[in-house]
Formats: sequence, structure tokens, C-alpha cells
Amino acid sequence: MNTSVQQESLESMRVFDLATTPLRELNSALHAIAPGANDTDFEVVNPRGSHSVAVGIDTPVTVEVKGSVGYYCAGMNDGGTVTVHGSAGPGVAENMMSGTVVIEGDASQYAGATGRGGLLVIKGNAASRCGISMKGIDIVVHGSIGHMSAFMGQSGHLVVLGDAGDALGDSLYEAKLFVRGAVKSLGADCVQKEMKPKHLKLLADLLEKAGVTDVKPDEFKRYGSARKLYNFNIDNADAY
Amino acid sequence: MCGIVGLFLKDKALEPQLGELLSDMLITMTDRGPDSAGIAIYGKADGKTKVTLQSAAPDQDFPQLDADLKAAGIDASVTIKSTHAVVETAADIADIRAFLTASRPDVRVMGSGDSVEIYKEVGLPKDVVARFGVRAMSGTHGIGHTRMATESAVTTLGAHPFSTGADQCLVHNGSLSNHNNLRRELIREGMTFETQNDSEVAAAYLTAEMAKGKDLGQALEGALDDLDGFFTFVVGTKSGFGVVRDPIACKPAVMAETDQYVAFGSEYRALVNLPGIEAARVWEPEPATVYFWDHEKAA
Repeated sequence: MNTSVQQESLESMRVFDLATTPLRELNSALHAIAPGANDTDFEVVNPRGSHSVAVGIDTPVTVEVKGSVGYYCAGMNDGGTVTVHGSAGPGVAENMMSGTVVIEGDASQYAGATGRGGLLVIKGNAASRCGISMKGIDIVVHGSIGHMSAFMGQSGHLVVLGDAGDALGDSLYEAKLFVRGAVKSLGADCVQKEMKPKHLKLLADLLEKAGVTDVKPDEFKRYGSARKLYNFNIDNADAY
Repeated sequence: MCGIVGLFLKDKALEPQLGELLSDMLITMTDRGPDSAGIAIYGKADGKTKVTLQSAAPDQDFPQLDADLKAAGIDASVTIKSTHAVVETAADIADIRAFLTASRPDVRVMGSGDSVEIYKEVGLPKDVVARFGVRAMSGTHGIGHTRMATESAVTTLGAHPFSTGADQCLVHNGSLSNHNNLRRELIREGMTFETQNDSEVAAAYLTAEMAKGKDLGQALEGALDDLDGFFTFVVGTKSGFGVVRDPIACKPAVMAETDQYVAFGSEYRALVNLPGIEAARVWEPEPATVYFWDHEKAA
């Protein structure tokens, strides 16, 4: 093991200080974990807005990041549990496959973009384009989200305890959106839909998974695709 | 890309450190744009006009500048800093420009006003900061830019900040799509342009709006209606500091505020060395929302 990697004797948690250790050492260590290994707890200190912290995880590791991160933290995560004790820059958990990413602060634009699975929890607010092109990821935002969120969302769930900005769910496919507060405007082909018992059950499960206990599923409204845009309408053939 | 930074001090105790703090912020943003870099520092106003000049041949243009100004009847002090020189004078800026046209036609005016000094060159932020001694400069507020050129050539004049009015300057991350048309309209209104750069048009637009009596905040509100394209702007005036992003807001921006300062960075990385950042209110400026602070209004 590299000398710059400190070991805590009792917990065997590996600590990476990004003020003194190159980022690549952290990410290489995360990628080098052998199947069945049990030394899977990592702590990252002094991230100081670094880009690409803990990207490409493909084993069930636990990473605690003590501070704020820059672009693409926990990108492509497949099975890891990453907690950022701070805020995250653009593209946090982009293209997540599975696992859990928790942001204790705010997230910048396109959080959880193109995610295929796993759970992204943002305890503060998320900026524009949250969950853009989501393909199966579940995203729970305790605060509010910015404009153009869930644009072209294909599947998965976006749950927002606060408000949503302009053009929510524009050109939406089959992602399901639940918003508890106000929606500034809906995007093209996104409509409010009836909240059926199965949706309340689904939402209760998502809230529980995200550790939300003080909010009830029936406080939310459901939004989804009107399905008028994503199949080609033969009556429009003349336009092409 | 492009990286932009800004720092507006509320606490006078930090003023001697402005150059140092802003230099570190800008150098941290180097990987967002390595073509050219620039910084504007608002220092103490002492009743004289400061004119920042730039020359491609400083060895020819600057050594006799002092004496030649005197010979032309203009009382001024000249401080030479590499390719730039700062002329401090009680004379009118128009007299300085007339002198330059006659005596130093290749020297460019980077900016002028009661307090602003502007330094910009092709090269990395660390080199630009070092050649102009920015670290040693004190001041009340300042803005900086490191450029990845998209809309015009990599030249000294194409570097930011752009200054188109007394004590006004602007840095820009993004690209404007209606700058050619707007430039024509502003030329008709009497504005002059040094480059084909889109950001210079934004600066001139704000100058023209403020000349009509608007304050910086109102001029920035106008920019949201009249400028088309992508932009995050950070703008300085003699006593003010403003930030605005276009409605799409794809160009990044992070702000931090404490009792001591308001800071702007393209990324949070630019802010991590500021004093007390751990306890600062840190937020992402909202799309199509004008933020501005003014020393005179705060006082």
C-alpha cells in the first residue's frame, strides 16, 4: 500500500487526504478491491471541490467524503455507498448503475443524469436538469429542483419534497415524478396524473429507502408522460 | 469553458490581501481555459484618473512616456508593469486618448477610471499574475478571467476583463449569439469597439445602459432581455459588483458570502482558500436572476 494512505488501526477504514494524495490513488484503490474483500470502508478528507471523486466504483464499498466536491462525484457508481458531507458540483452520480449516493448539502446541475439504477438522495436543493435522461435511477430531493428536470426521463422515479422549476419532465417517457410543493411549469407532454394506491405504496417505499420519515405520500402530486410525443404520429408525416 | 472569479470585500481589513486572494482564485481555475488571463483590481481612488495602457512593444512605447506626456502639457505619473503602464493624472481621459493617437498610436487603453486597473495578457494565469505583480495589489473588489477562446482570436485585446466605460469591466463565460447585431446597434448609439469579441459587446451594452441612468442591477436586468446566448457574467463598477446568468444557466457558477466578503467562482474549487469559507453561505446563483452589491449603498 502507498505510504500516503493512512490506516486507522481499529476500524481498518482507509483515509485519503486529497490535500496531500493525488485523486487517482483514491480512485485506483476503489477499483482494485478484490471480490470478497472486507476492507471496504473509505474516508476522503479535504476534497476541496475536486472533480471525479469516487468515480467508477464497481464493488459494494462505503465512501464517506468529508467536504464539498466538484464535477461528477460518484459517477458510474455500481454498488457503492457514497456519502458527501457537503455539496456536490455538476453531474453527481451521473450514469449510476446501482448503489446509493447521499449528498448532505446541495447538488449542482444534472444530478443523477442518465442514471440506470440505484438511489440518489440530495438533502439540500438540486439545480437545473436534475435527473435529465434518467433511465431507472431513483432520486429523492429533500429541497427543491431547478428547471428542465427529468427532461426525456425514460424510467425510474424522481421524488421532490420541495418545489420544481420550469419545464418539469419535458419530453418525458416513462419516468415517474412526484412533487410535494409547487411546479413552476410542466414541460411538453408532461401532465399531472392520478395518485393511485399503487403509487402511494411506491412513494412510501422510496421515502423509507431515502430515510424520509416526516412526510406522507399523500402530500405529493404525481406527474408523468401524456404519451403524445414519444410515438411518431403518422398525421405529422407531412412535416418531414 | 473559461474560468471566472470575483471578490467583493466588505471588511476593510482584507483589502491589502485582495490581489493575493484573487490571484489564487484565478490560478485554481487555470484548467478551465489556458489561452489568456486577466484581472481587474479596484484600488483606492485618490481623485486622479487612472488609465491602464497596453503595448506590444513596451520597450519602445513606455520609457519616454512620462517625458512625452509632460512635453504635451499633461501632468501625469507613469508606472510601468511589463506590457502595461498605469498613467495617473488629473487631466481628462480625452486628452490622454488624443495624446496616444498622436504620439503612441499602437498603445491600447485597457481601461480607465478613478480606481480600476486592468491587466490582461496571453498566457497562463500564474504567469499573467506574476508579470503584473497582482499579488501585491490591494483594493476593495476585483474580477478575473482565464480564457478558452471560442468567439474570437487569442490576443491580448481578446482577453478579459473588457472595459468599455469608466471604472466598468466585465468577465464572461459563455458565448453570445446576437453580438454582431447588437454591436451594430451600439455603434449607431456612439459606442466604439476594439475587437470582434462577443463579450466586449456585452460590456458595451451594460455601459450604454448605465449611461442612460440605470444602475448596475437595472442594466443587468436589461441584459437578460437583450442578450441572446449563454452567459455567466461577473461585472465590476467603481463601487459595485454584479453577477447574472442566462435563463438556461449551463455555465457554472458558485457564490459564497460571509460578513467579510462576497465571492464568485466558476467552481467551488476557486473559493476553498478564502478565509472563513467553511462557515460561509455557499449557493449556486439562480438562472435569470440579477445579484449585485454596492459599497456606496451598503455604507
